[in-house]
This record gives sequence, C-alpha cells and structure tokens, in this order.
Amino acid sequence: MFSRHALMLATAVVALAGCGGGSTTASAPAATTAAVAAPSSSAPAGLSITDPWVKTVKKGMTAAFGTLVNNGDTDVTIVSGTSPLSPTIELHEVVESGGKMVMRPKEGGFVVPARGTHQLQPGGDHIMLMGVTEEVKPGAKVPFALQVKGGQPLEFSAVGKDFAGGKEDYQPGHE
Amino acid sequence: MISRRGLLAGGAATAAGAFTRRETPPPTHAERARVEPFHGPHQAGVATAPQVHAVFVGFDLRKDIRKEAVVRLLHLLTDDAARLTQGRPALADTEPELAADPAGLTITFGFGEGLFERVEVDSPVRPLPAFETDKLDKRWSGGDLLVQVCADDGLTVAHAVRMIVKDARSFTSVRWTQRGFRGATGGETQRNLMGQVDGTVNPTDLDKAVWIGQGPAGMRGGTTMVLRRIRMHLETWDAADRVAREFTIGRRLDTGAPLTGRAERDEPDFGRMNHLGFPVISEYAHIRRAHVTDPAQRILRRPYNYDEGLTEDGESDSGLLFASYQADIERQFVPVQRRLAEGDLLNEWVTAIGSAVFAIPPGCAPGGWIGEGLLG
Repeated sequence: MFSRHALMLATAVVALAGCGGGSTTASAPAATTAAVAAPSSSAPAGLSITDPWVKTVKKGMTAAFGTLVNNGDTDVTIVSGTSPLSPTIELHEVVESGGKMVMRPKEGGFVVPARGTHQLQPGGDHIMLMGVTEEVKPGAKVPFALQVKGGQPLEFSAVGKDFAGGKEDYQPGHE
Repeated sequence: MISRRGLLAGGAATAAGAFTRRETPPPTHAERARVEPFHGPHQAGVATAPQVHAVFVGFDLRKDIRKEAVVRLLHLLTDDAARLTQGRPALADTEPELAADPAGLTITFGFGEGLFERVEVDSPVRPLPAFETDKLDKRWSGGDLLVQVCADDGLTVAHAVRMIVKDARSFTSVRWTQRGFRGATGGETQRNLMGQVDGTVNPTDLDKAVWIGQGPAGMRGGTTMVLRRIRMHLETWDAADRVAREFTIGRRLDTGAPLTGRAERDEPDFGRMNHLGFPVISEYAHIRRAHVTDPAQRILRRPYNYDEGLTEDGESDSGLLFASYQADIERQFVPVQRRLAEGDLLNEWVTAIGSAVFAIPPGCAPGGWIGEGLLG
C-alpha cells in the first residue's frame, strides 16, 4: 500500500526534499498532496517518509509523525533528528509503565526494515520536539532531518495539523 | 458506470463463448466503489451527477485571519479533499476506516465576498439583489467559505465533513450547516418534497453556461454558485388538489411532462391556448416564469431536499436546498429570480429563507491547491 502511494506521489516529493534550511515555523503553506517527503539525493538509497505531519502547538513540546519507507535491501537505522524549530529532538517510543502509557527515548533509534516500513504515529514511535522556538501553526511546513546510521540524513518537511491525541506522559531517559 | 472488470469479462465472453461466464468473479468492493476524480480543470461536485447525500457548510473566517493563513487553510482542505475523494484517509485521520468507501464523494470549495475582502483580492461575486418574496434569515445566509460535501453514502459524508471541520476550525467559525438528500433515482430527474419532478431543464453546453471562460485567469475554469434555502409550506400545499398543483407548475405530476406535452423532456408550448382562449401553461406557471430560451444562458440546477425536525404539532420543516451554478450570476440567475419574484404561482407555497453566493474557483492539478490562481 505505502510503496504504491510512494510511487504515485514520488513526483510531488522533489519539491519538498532538501528544504531544511532557514526559518523555523515555515509560515509558507504546507505542501498539499505532497504526502511523501522522498528520498532526497543524500539519503540512503530507498529511504523515504510518507505523509509526514507535526502536531500544532503554541509552545513547549510536540511530536512529528509519518511512515518511514525503506525500499532498499538492508535495514536502515535512524539515530537522531534535527529541526530548526526545536533545539532538542528525541526519537521516542510509547511503552506501558506502572499501569499507564508513557513515552521515552527509544534505545537504538528507529529501525526501518529492508523492503519494509516503520510507522511513526500517536501512541507509538514518534519524533519528539522537546521545545519549539515558535508556534507550530496548522498548515505550516516544518523542516526536519533524520540522521541515519552510516548514511546521509533524510530531509523532509512535515505539515502542521491540529490533532487532539498524542498526549502521553513524558518519562525522560530509561529507568 | 461499466466497470473495467465488466468490460474485460465481456470481451472474454465474446471470444470464448458463454462457457466462460461462470468464471467471472463478482466485482470486488473496490470495483463497485464510485470514485470521482478530484484533480482537473474544474472542481468536482458541479457537473458531477448528483449524489444522494449533501452537506453544505458555510464558514466565516476568524477576525485575525489574513491571506497567509487563508492560504494555509486552503492547502490543508485541498489535501483532505484530494485524499478522501479517492478513498484514502485524510492526513492524521483518526478514523481511517471510514474513508475506505468514497461512494462518489466530491468536496467542492467556494469563496464568499468576505474571503476576497480578507485576502485583498477583487471579489468576482457580490450578494444578490433583494427580492420582495424573500424572507431571509441570517442563520442560513452569507458566509466567507463554502464547503460542499456530496456522496452516495451518509457515513462517508459525515466523516468527510468531520475531517474538513477539524482542519478549518482554527481559522474559521461555522456559520451554518445545511443537509440535503435526493431520491436514489439512478439517473432520472429527482422529485422534490412537493412531489414534483425537479430539475428537468439544465444547460447542455457547460463551457458556455457554467464554466467561466473569460476575465481574470484565477477564475477561468471556475463558476459561481447560488445556494438558496427554499422553505416549502407543505401544510397548505396539502390543501391544493392535483389540478391546482399541475396548473401552478405547468407540468404533470406523474410524468413531469409539460401540460402541452407527453414526456418529461418535451419542449413546453407556451403559445398553446385551451378552448376558452387561455394559455394551457399559465402566464404565471412556474416553468413559464423560469424558462430561459437560450441554453447558453441557463443555470445548472443541482438541488437537494431538506427535511428537518417536526414541530410538536407534527408540522414539517422541509424544503429545497436550491444550488445553482452559472458562469455569470447577474446575467443568468438574477433575471430568472426576478421573474419568479414578480409572479410565480408557486410563491404561495415556497419562500426563500436563506441565500448565499460563492465564487467556485477552478480545479487544481496534483500538488496544487484550490484558489491558487486567485491567492497564489
């Protein structure tokens, strides 16, 4: 399913990739049907992200989501992320702790299996922005870069979306 | 409406004879699904064969919203529409399963005069002139932004409206919501709640009558929409007998044929007299007052019925969401409405209680957004 979408939308992707410079909350409009932020030229062969989005927030913490797609023949490990919007970014998972769901940094990062996908979604793994430097507005285009173990970063823009969920408690570090 | 599989199967049957017929599997869910294209020179939902259910939502832009925010809003809404109409969940869809069957879903966007003011672009539309017969209620009138959602499945419509509203509410407040339905007639002209065949005469050449072909580039391929909420006084209509009803409209109730003809699509003969020397189709019959000779000047009618809650006494709140699309409101819509207001027998039983006018921008290509030619 995802790979088909990726193929269909691959043309839309080029415009999005590689715009990771400059301003923070892009006040520029979001790309619309450009659901895929694609293999930028520097990213490992075959790694892309479909439907990247970031939860709108006025200040403080928020999270980004999407589906990482690996069309290559080897697993890809994402070890960290950056965005001009937030000085600190962590790769998180959501786990049960003491009877409730909490989020915490994911040890080893996100592994996108060869010829497979890895979902980043509310209630699951996600890219955590620990403190945004300005408001994330709905429809804004927020640049991201994900650092890949042994490869070049994957760059993309995520669109700001109003979203009610994704409010798991934050539990720093591992216990 | 012939499915691809049906065509293939048909070809195979012809080649190999009737024996292959039993090997043709029934169509899958996806093959049955009606999918209307979203991208193209025109927005869908205008020329599209009317679906069974419709919701029209009128939004007002919040006070602090300016052009930059309107553009962000239109990007979000275009993206929602491009996905949902194709049977794909909206971005961050909380109920993605509800997007699986688009059921002919179309999502159409219209800009009111207020939106153009806010983005500092000359408005191609202005409000209708006042008509004496109107009793307009603010709660059904005006609006900066129209979203028209139509599909053959009410659940699909509800989900699409929900996803649209969730993206719109940071930028807008909801001014009104109008829900409508049509008979599932399978291509025949639908009937309204007065029992009349409604919507027989429509333009055939939409490039002339509906799509805007001149003027500023940002509206070319677009159109204009008038949405009138027309209340039907069904309690008093009940008192009118069939002869009176047919005389009022100028058409037969059973076939929809003009009183001078035999079939629905027969041309009315407005010159024909009865044995007393009076016109068979009254001077004040609805179809005479609404008649437009030049097909290029006709409005495209795409009406939906509404039937809201009953009063304690069982009286209905029913009527028509009269949606019409035309290249030029002043030239095409206003003269007809003026003639109706001046003397239409039907006015005894119908009253316009809401009125709104929108520019319907052209469609967009993949990667584009609705309104890009006006605000981009």
